[in-house]
Amino acid sequence: MSENGAAPSGRREGSGSRLTLKDFANHIKSSWCPGCGDFGVLAALKQALVKLGIAPHQAAVISGIGCGSKIVDYMRVNGFMTLHGRPLAVATGVKLANPDLHVIVVNGDGDAYGIGGNHFLHAARRNPDITHIVENNQIYALTKGQYSPTSDRGFKTSTSPDGAAESPVNPLLVALAAGATFIARSFAGEPKHLAEMIAAGIRHRGYALIDVLQPCVTFNKVNTYEWYAERIYRVDEDEGYDPADFARAWQTAGQWGDRIPVGIIYQRDDVPPYEEHVPALKAGAVVHRPFDALDEERFAALKREFM
Amino acid sequence: MTDLSITIGGDAGQGVESSGATLSLAAMRSGWYVFSIQDYRSRIRGGHNFYQIRIASRAVRSHSDPVHLLLALTKESVDIHRDNLAPGAGVLYDDSLKVDEGPVKEQGCLLFPMPLTEIAERHGNRVMTNTAAVAAGAGVLGLSLERLKSVVEGRFAAKGPRVVEANLRVADDAYRMAVERFRGAFRYALHGASPPLSTRDPGGNGGETLLISGNEAFALGAAAGGCRFVSAYPMTPATTIFEWLVRKEKELGIVTKHAEDEIAAVCMAIGAGYAGARALVPTSGGGFSLMVEALGMAGMTEVPVVIVDVQRGGPSTGLPTRTEQGDLLFVLHASQGEFPRIVLAPGTHEEYFEAGWRSFTLAERYQCPVIVLADQFLAASLCTLPSEALSFDAVVRDRGELLDHAALDKLEPGQYRRYRITSSGISPRALPGHPNAVYTVVTDEHDEEGHITEAIENRVQQMSKRMRKLEHARQEMRGPKRYGPEDADLTLICWGSAVGPVVESLPLLEKEGVRANALHFTDIWPFPADQARRALEGARRTVAVEQNYTGQFAKLLRMCTGHEVSHGVHKFDGRPFSPQQIASACLEEVASHV
Repeated sequence: MSENGAAPSGRREGSGSRLTLKDFANHIKSSWCPGCGDFGVLAALKQALVKLGIAPHQAAVISGIGCGSKIVDYMRVNGFMTLHGRPLAVATGVKLANPDLHVIVVNGDGDAYGIGGNHFLHAARRNPDITHIVENNQIYALTKGQYSPTSDRGFKTSTSPDGAAESPVNPLLVALAAGATFIARSFAGEPKHLAEMIAAGIRHRGYALIDVLQPCVTFNKVNTYEWYAERIYRVDEDEGYDPADFARAWQTAGQWGDRIPVGIIYQRDDVPPYEEHVPALKAGAVVHRPFDALDEERFAALKREFM
Repeated sequence: MTDLSITIGGDAGQGVESSGATLSLAAMRSGWYVFSIQDYRSRIRGGHNFYQIRIASRAVRSHSDPVHLLLALTKESVDIHRDNLAPGAGVLYDDSLKVDEGPVKEQGCLLFPMPLTEIAERHGNRVMTNTAAVAAGAGVLGLSLERLKSVVEGRFAAKGPRVVEANLRVADDAYRMAVERFRGAFRYALHGASPPLSTRDPGGNGGETLLISGNEAFALGAAAGGCRFVSAYPMTPATTIFEWLVRKEKELGIVTKHAEDEIAAVCMAIGAGYAGARALVPTSGGGFSLMVEALGMAGMTEVPVVIVDVQRGGPSTGLPTRTEQGDLLFVLHASQGEFPRIVLAPGTHEEYFEAGWRSFTLAERYQCPVIVLADQFLAASLCTLPSEALSFDAVVRDRGELLDHAALDKLEPGQYRRYRITSSGISPRALPGHPNAVYTVVTDEHDEEGHITEAIENRVQQMSKRMRKLEHARQEMRGPKRYGPEDADLTLICWGSAVGPVVESLPLLEKEGVRANALHFTDIWPFPADQARRALEGARRTVAVEQNYTGQFAKLLRMCTGHEVSHGVHKFDGRPFSPQQIASACLEEVASHV
């Protein structure tokens, strides 16, 4: 056994130009309901990784708990299914220990915006180079249909029999207010667009939120494929839409109801990712740093301050 | 034999802590063994604080009653500490304070009024009054003026030569005046006594002795042990571990992250541990409470991580700046279900240093969370140690069954199984990043490859595999260390930081006609039951001395060995045991159960 088991990759860019979707396939049969939007996210994520030439061992997909978080079990990749609400925190640790990995977080709306809300807020303002895909189906599905932080007012479920009385979280506005540098929305019913958004998010150097509108065919009978299809429009249909325009992005992100914007709502490239502020990472990933970087002489010098 | 206690008392914000640290260092550099504790409240200004310094001619591991010199920065300090004064003790104070002199004199103690503020203002300004007080204290005690000045110089160096010069003049003047006026009458003055430690080098004490706090010793041990990642949320009394490592981030290449909450802190460390960094999370009981779910995640996913719980008085916010050993059974059982964990409870500064690196090696060897249980008393107390007591040569940085790049190159793609069933329960670990070891980690029950499954046979195999690691780890857990004679009428049982005052209580008990020894446990889980049973074989009467209400260690001991202690001495007022308190409590216990 060596002192240091981490493979010294040092590769920022993907190396696998010959990659295919098959490289990300495994033998596990999913437990998702037929027609679930999670299939679209899984397909789109694989496509984005193939397109960017990022091999399974160069990415780390970190998920939470919920139907969609099982994604790491259904693809061949370094995967870590963590705790409900906590994948952003775990992912931040992974990224700060080994920035060579492309770190992608996948979790649901309850996981990301409810129990994990604090981590969401702080990831947005911290700006680590992490791509955050939120499968937002406006319901708790794995626990069989309770209202979520993004459920619309009046949405009736087993825990909101008279209709949800709270305002839904608008994740785009929250992310914008918190200082996120990349904010996009897509729709699981359009895997091609979704793959584009994910690829753009991975390419972005910094925290990238991709809020994915995603029907739950079993428990959410309101926000269906048709419901979304009738309402969404692509912001880039307007040639004048500039994602760097904060005021326009704020106005656009605020839209919900009859018209729902999808696409890159906001992006700025002038904020360095958090890792660049970490002095210990100047010399590369700390997982590659040998123990003998601290030798007897340096140790003696450390003790001298106590004399 | 020299054994003096000095108390510095004043209001929060008055510089009690820095004065205490200055005098402690001056005493150490003058060649004396030192042990210092701080007593303060959870507030930044106002309210009485004190600092207690013990100066001795042999190594000491506890504060001690009574007090021989009181440096009173406020009038109230005299009122509060008067009852603790030894006969003939001195009370040194600024002569502008309206100290109630009568009762001090009646006790047979001496008054040392000094124009401290005046001296400070003469050479600099009022802010330097503490320098005058410390120097006057050093003067009556008979510490070396030259060594005191070396400490003062170091303390103020960052503020520029003018500040240094003024403080040195203040120190010089106050020291000489105190010697001239009071040293002759002060029976506890050190003049004539030769200090036990070498004092060859005024700047560095010959490079032979350290004055270090427990938390600093632990952080140094963690650094020596290859710590690469530390994430934390500030919480007294653990914060100083984090702050020390943050200060060394650039020099040592340690990623440090002040997280948004304790849940994030521990999850980040687990992420870093999964990626392959030796990761540490310093916290106290309240923060640990928030980390409980993630502790189970580390257990289930077999990710090494070290959490140090620097205990303070609970429950809830409790006594934020004070000490307790109240988290023992909590950390042993925290988080749902069953999984292997290792718990260490170092008692001395050397053991706390050792836990700094040993915890990482245990965490990686057994691929599980390791919890280090310290407490405010151990964390914040300053202790003199011979430099070689914190030895680099002793540091072991074993990464256990970790597959390196070359070993992974030899594997066929798809051959690697992260959770392979093995006889030891330890599955060779590969870090993410190699094409031949792409695998998934989940917090659900999983198979050898890491995929979710609830299959019966697999569950039994994986659960057993994980728990087998604990049996393996048990073989390297250390039994209790015995202090005092082998044959004794009374055996004091303790764990963690209680060892200092417990060991010092043994000669006090001996004086009262009770032949006593002590058994001290540092390795708590997996419990070294066989060694404990053997150590207890000859014990006649046992008394568990614990800084908690319910006698948690006594319960653990009974659970693991069947041994029921004869007596329990418990303290839960947030203040550390003194040897005298332990001795008298043991005598009372023994007397009431004859």
